[in-house]
Amino acid sequence: MSAPTVKEVLFNPVFKNNPIGLQILGICSALAVTSNLKTAVVMSIALTLVTACSNLFISMIRHQIPSSIRMIVQMVIIASLVIVVDQILKAYAFTLAKQLSVFVGLIITNCIVMGRAEAFAMQNPPMLSFFDGIGNGLGYSAMLLTLGVIRELFGAGKLFGIEIFQLAKDGGWYVPNGLLLLPPSAFFLIGLIIWGLRSWRTEQVEEPAFKMAPQVSEQEAY
Amino acid sequence: MSKKESTTRTLLVALTVSLVSSVFVAGAAVSLKPVQIENRQLDKQRSILSIAGLGSGQLSAREVKELFASRISAKVVDLDTGEYTDKFNPATFDPLKASKDPKLSEALPGEEDPALIKRRERYTTVYTVEKDGKLDSLILPIRGYGLWSTLHGFIAIKSDLNTVVGLGFYQHAETPGLGGEVDNPKWKAQWPGKTLFDDNGKPAIHIVKGGVDPASPSAIHQVDALAGATLTSKGVDRLVQFWLGEQGFGHYLAKLRTQGV
Repeated sequence: MSAPTVKEVLFNPVFKNNPIGLQILGICSALAVTSNLKTAVVMSIALTLVTACSNLFISMIRHQIPSSIRMIVQMVIIASLVIVVDQILKAYAFTLAKQLSVFVGLIITNCIVMGRAEAFAMQNPPMLSFFDGIGNGLGYSAMLLTLGVIRELFGAGKLFGIEIFQLAKDGGWYVPNGLLLLPPSAFFLIGLIIWGLRSWRTEQVEEPAFKMAPQVSEQEAY
Repeated sequence: MSKKESTTRTLLVALTVSLVSSVFVAGAAVSLKPVQIENRQLDKQRSILSIAGLGSGQLSAREVKELFASRISAKVVDLDTGEYTDKFNPATFDPLKASKDPKLSEALPGEEDPALIKRRERYTTVYTVEKDGKLDSLILPIRGYGLWSTLHGFIAIKSDLNTVVGLGFYQHAETPGLGGEVDNPKWKAQWPGKTLFDDNGKPAIHIVKGGVDPASPSAIHQVDALAGATLTSKGVDRLVQFWLGEQGFGHYLAKLRTQGV
């Protein structure tokens, strides 16, 4: 296996190997923070920064980390970064930090961060790992922003809180779809996006792990 | 076993990583604290303004400061006697700190503590909005336990000391989407116009499950509960009852009523 290039690690995760679209990681926060674009943007930036920095630091000390405690070391580094991001948000974007509430703290358990640390940063040099973190953050951001735009525009007729479609209740023409503001709508949208992605890039379609076995006895049906 | 995997080495790495991380985290927390405290203060003032109906929650920091300074005055009240006191400076007095100080607070035994706050401070800060020298509305701090956390908020009442102007919480950690819906403007919009006390002057406001029947005579005292958040709703019900009652602002409100406002 040849070493990956910066360009590969930076842009592959956006479409080819999207952390949400293909790896189905980080769904929880994707449902929770995308009902408006502002929180989606802040969450994207926060996660990208945390993934990039944690990858960088972990990769820097990858030769020192004993394999018996590597997970906990990764966890400590990720958790410290997340706390710092949370503190910065509380200091400089208080209302946003309040809206994001627990989800900033939950970046710690976001599988994308941990997954990249374990799968990439433990084997690759620091700068490459850093860009891998940025790349995966971009993949996550691309998905979050798409969801944020669709949900806020069609759910509330706004983008970044600025009115785009005039709502029927204010004398306009647009009747907003309230479902889009609720978390389940993100599930449907992610499903549709994954369907779209896999129809466009058929190599992303997974082989089934098992074939459905034929019925072997009559009792099975009851 | 390679050198990297030895026990000493493992302990050393663990220790170093923890040490470096903790210095990093502590450094960030300490250096950002002043800004955060200012933010919290501002957020509290913003929520007081919005609960009193003086501005939306979207005001900028400067607008909040100006509006707060020009419209709102803070006073410290002795909850036991209901009198204003000048023992403390209202701008710096912290009722929450006082509630932890044995000299300034008293412990509440279980049956007298429906809001589950454990200790109640003797002095607290109330805020008034005045118009032409007369009381226009009164903003009282309230707090109590919901499901996971203590909810801290305010209730604003009109000068008749009975009609609600608004209610809201500026700090809590209830489940987002369920109990966290106490922040939902739609839910909060139910409060203005409700009346707090019955004809005998007893707190009558309640949160009811299953919707308020507008035909019922007590509808004026009722607010619909939050869907999927029974315990948070109950907590809010109890804390409002508590703070309006004898143990809370009862004496103060009685004084205001007899002395006129």
